[in-house]
Amino acid sequence: MPEEPKALLIRPIRDGTVIDHITHGEALTVLRILGITGTTGEKLSIATNVDTRIAGTGGLKDIVKVSNRELSKEEVDRIALIAPNATINIIRNYLVVEKIGVEIPRYLRGVIRCTNPGCISNANEPIESAFGVSPNGLRCHYCDTVISSDYAQHII
Amino acid sequence: MYHIISIKDFERAEIDELLDKAQAIDQDPGPFTSLNGRQVALLFFEPSTRTRMSFASAVARLGGSSICVDSVEGSSISKGETLADTVRVVSSYVDVIVLRHPKEGAARLAAEFASVPVINAGDGAGQHPSQTLLDLYTIRQSMPLEGIDVGLLGDLRYGRTTHSLAYALSNYDLTIHTIAPETLEMPTSLKDELLDRGCEVVEHDDITDVINDLDVLYATRIQRERFPDAASYYNVAESYRITPELLENRKEQMIVLHPLPRASEIDPRVDALPCAKYFEQARNGVPVRMAMLEEVI
Repeated sequence: MPEEPKALLIRPIRDGTVIDHITHGEALTVLRILGITGTTGEKLSIATNVDTRIAGTGGLKDIVKVSNRELSKEEVDRIALIAPNATINIIRNYLVVEKIGVEIPRYLRGVIRCTNPGCISNANEPIESAFGVSPNGLRCHYCDTVISSDYAQHII
Repeated sequence: MYHIISIKDFERAEIDELLDKAQAIDQDPGPFTSLNGRQVALLFFEPSTRTRMSFASAVARLGGSSICVDSVEGSSISKGETLADTVRVVSSYVDVIVLRHPKEGAARLAAEFASVPVINAGDGAGQHPSQTLLDLYTIRQSMPLEGIDVGLLGDLRYGRTTHSLAYALSNYDLTIHTIAPETLEMPTSLKDELLDRGCEVVEHDDITDVINDLDVLYATRIQRERFPDAASYYNVAESYRITPELLENRKEQMIVLHPLPRASEIDPRVDALPCAKYFEQARNGVPVRMAMLEEVI
């Protein structure tokens, strides 16, 4: 029986950002949070449900590679809620020049929709949703509603 | 610029200072001139009688004038204008905006877009800081806010006045007793917040267990629409009704408050008792709102 050919799942990128160790199944949500839709021009490589030996992951992870764009820490921290173990690698000329973890920011703007239908942030107003982040969850800046679970369901 | 949006934005010292200012105004025969030549917009996008009238009275007593919007119909909101645009435009006409709006967080948004101070006069099921301040003021007229037992009675799940008041009371060293029917108890998130702030909270479902230990009984309306049928509503409403008989063995300094309007939760015979302070409480809306207006200008 022929041996399975050894090949890279996705090619290395020359310049850009690699987001590794994304919670498996969340790669597309991560792209949505980062505002990368496929029509925004970046060259993307996405791998989902890739094997990993890191404990506590269920043996799977997702990876996203964005060519020719270096994402800032502030941009990438927005994904921390749904991919708390992600790491960000900035690549220049095929080399990792910077490697950083993600941190949940103290304030989240425009990422999560308030679950309170009576909240002004869900009305037709020229504002972004805004949440303070605390150990108890996310508190809406406008109506004080607290969201403490299922963050991915409320991603805008 | 200073806005008054939520009682949660206030430190205890700031609350005390505002109440002191209201007391000074209350004791001063006037005339007051701090709003002379100034205009206040009363933007009421939701029905209100006493809050709107007492703000209008407060503005007039301070020598100012007010411009009212009384409902959504006939206003720019009905033409699809955002609240953000409304307050930006109204800011250019007046010196202060007083806003009541059906959406929670509306006043916070308004403060972000207004170029004049904004006072929240109630935003949906959210905050109503002027009510809370006048509640505290009324208690303080009868007794210090320290070391007392305050009972909150009625719909503690949906009632915004009790939520704001409970939060404000947690600034002081006192005990809060919640007395609510099943399904209308105080939300766990609020109770946890009060406990985190070091407040003692004791839960009851029977008013007779605690009535003789209270220094303040704060009653609120139990709304018919919270119950599946008329019979269960009347059963609950009857067991939470405040009567002279219930108050027979009350503490001497005990007072009964209610944000009004009341339905049947306080027997009219209670009105004649010295502990009935709810009309005094409504009257206090004027000096407290005068103090709030003076605070923001």
